[in-house]
Amino acid sequence: MASANYWRDLWRYRELLYFLAWRDLAVRYKQTAIGVAWVLIRPALTMVAFVAFRRLVGAEPAAVPEPVLVFAAVLPWQFFSTAMVDASGSLIGNANLLSKVYFPRLIIPAAAIVTALVDFLVTLVLLGLLMAWYGIAPSWPIVFMPAFAILALGLALGTGLLLAALNVKYRDFRYVVPFLVQMGLFVSPIAFTSADLPGRWRAVYSLNPVVGLIDGFRWTILGDAAPVAGSVIASSLTVTTVFVALGIWYFRRVERSFADVI
Amino acid sequence: MSDAIVSAVRLGKRYQISHLQQRPSYVALRDVIGERLRHPFSWLRANGSAAEEFWALRNVSFDVAAGEVIGVIGRNGAGKSTLLKVLSRITEPSEGRLVLDGRIASLLEVGTGFHPELSGRENIFLNGAILGMSRAEILRKFDEIVAFAEVEQFLDTPVKRYSSGMYVRLAFAVAAHLEPEILIVDEVLAVGDSEFQKKCLGKMHEVSRGGRTVFFVSHNMAAIQALCSRAIWLDKGAVACDGPAEACIGRYLSHTVKGAAVTPERSLALGAALVLRSFEVSPNPVRGGERVDFALTFDAASASRINELALLIYSLQETRVAIVDLRLAGLPVSIAGGQSWAVSGRIDALPLVEGDYRIGIGINSDSYVGDQMGLVDLRVSARQATAGHVPYAAPYRGVVDLQVSLNS
Repeated sequence: MASANYWRDLWRYRELLYFLAWRDLAVRYKQTAIGVAWVLIRPALTMVAFVAFRRLVGAEPAAVPEPVLVFAAVLPWQFFSTAMVDASGSLIGNANLLSKVYFPRLIIPAAAIVTALVDFLVTLVLLGLLMAWYGIAPSWPIVFMPAFAILALGLALGTGLLLAALNVKYRDFRYVVPFLVQMGLFVSPIAFTSADLPGRWRAVYSLNPVVGLIDGFRWTILGDAAPVAGSVIASSLTVTTVFVALGIWYFRRVERSFADVI
Repeated sequence: MSDAIVSAVRLGKRYQISHLQQRPSYVALRDVIGERLRHPFSWLRANGSAAEEFWALRNVSFDVAAGEVIGVIGRNGAGKSTLLKVLSRITEPSEGRLVLDGRIASLLEVGTGFHPELSGRENIFLNGAILGMSRAEILRKFDEIVAFAEVEQFLDTPVKRYSSGMYVRLAFAVAAHLEPEILIVDEVLAVGDSEFQKKCLGKMHEVSRGGRTVFFVSHNMAAIQALCSRAIWLDKGAVACDGPAEACIGRYLSHTVKGAAVTPERSLALGAALVLRSFEVSPNPVRGGERVDFALTFDAASASRINELALLIYSLQETRVAIVDLRLAGLPVSIAGGQSWAVSGRIDALPLVEGDYRIGIGINSDSYVGDQMGLVDLRVSARQATAGHVPYAAPYRGVVDLQVSLNS
């Protein structure tokens, strides 16, 4: 099938993207008693754990209140990892749709990412409350926050598509994904900042696309108190672009056989 | 070619089947890696794979004009479902070309994408979007869909609390209002009460009258006959017949019946003395409600005496449906050695629902006593359809076709 047709179809089915994301949210809020609360409790507890960790290891006191410093990293991390995990499992979860109806398959992982985006927006409110509590006012870099949200979205889309397609083909890939996320949590600058690292390691470290994402996101919240190097962001942007291209390419390549193997 | 809305050219769909039948179609990375480690150079061999190819469809070509209603018939595994999946673009053909000139909607399984936790109202929007409708379109037709499905009072009830009838009505209603240029229907009419079936039928007529095309797949030959002008019979993945529905159905039915299992060439020994030389039932297939003749011939190698004899009619579910008691045909009878004895008769107005039946015999002779099952496969085809009335699917109607007079 011609590629142009595919993207035209994708546009024609854009409302399905909305409905699938809405379905996931509606069902979640109907099924679980704590509903919205869960979305807030998870990052809050993660933040508390990491702040406690900093105290335990005796990390150098930061220039800003530590809960805000950590929370500003937990949010983009949680958004990215949730979106990636949900996207990677989304095709299997919607197997009955794949084998019965035609629509551009890209919609399914994309909808999972949109669902995670909504959760992210909800948790932003919590960040706002936390900043108000500590009397921290955001400065001008805050206008770049949407840009970093888009970066997280792109990274989740690229890796999510790749993993989703691999998941259909190799069913035991689902055991790999949680492991990736767990490792990512440790190798990303959440409990610490990239500035805590020795200088000569920073270039290698910034190859992890999450580093630029988190450092950048932190900078939009805390401004000069958490500076970010342009090279780190450029590196993250490059790696993300590669993942998006790779993800779409691989997904499109194996998409035609989804209905046969799922 | 110019007015064809669906044009299939030499369509083929190949599946890989592994030698281990129970293995799932997906693979585990663990196995792939293990395989590679054990046989690191297997990919160098041109034909290293243990998988076998299976063509679910091969060389299937047809053109369909706008407004045609096409019945797709064939045995289970003949490729009907694969053809529908290719037509509805769920899966891509391995070879050949498919040109679709319009929006296609499939009812491969009604209610696809319905979420049990969501209400009827929410599911209408969700299902509509999955089938390719825009939100504006669904909003415009919402009232019509609800009225068609007759679920007004239950709009805000989660569909998990719906009865199966309501569920199917709602699902069909959404799909029926999609207004596709090409509609694919698979066995939908088998469900719902007669009032709803009538509405579905009306909708399908409306769809085809509006110049749109319908593919209708069913094992219910009566429904195909009543609805379709043309039929495509698939056999082993290939088109066996493409033409007027009546003709294709006839050919399909007569082809699939094995015919008499007992013939002079394949006689059946009953003990040491008796041989059932032939057992014929004709016509086969026979239309429900019409006359069917039977004839049996026995040879006796040595002097024999048959005390009792009966034809045993079984359904495919191994339920005894009826017997034909032949004691009245002059039994008991003595046959001298080297002689034969024949008995024949007829059943007037065969009161069976269409489907496959097996006929055996039960015999009590001085040298052999016992039942012989499944000697003849009898296929009963649907009664002549009453115009505008679609009978329920055969499994729903049991096995006996009662002749009923109604006062209304």
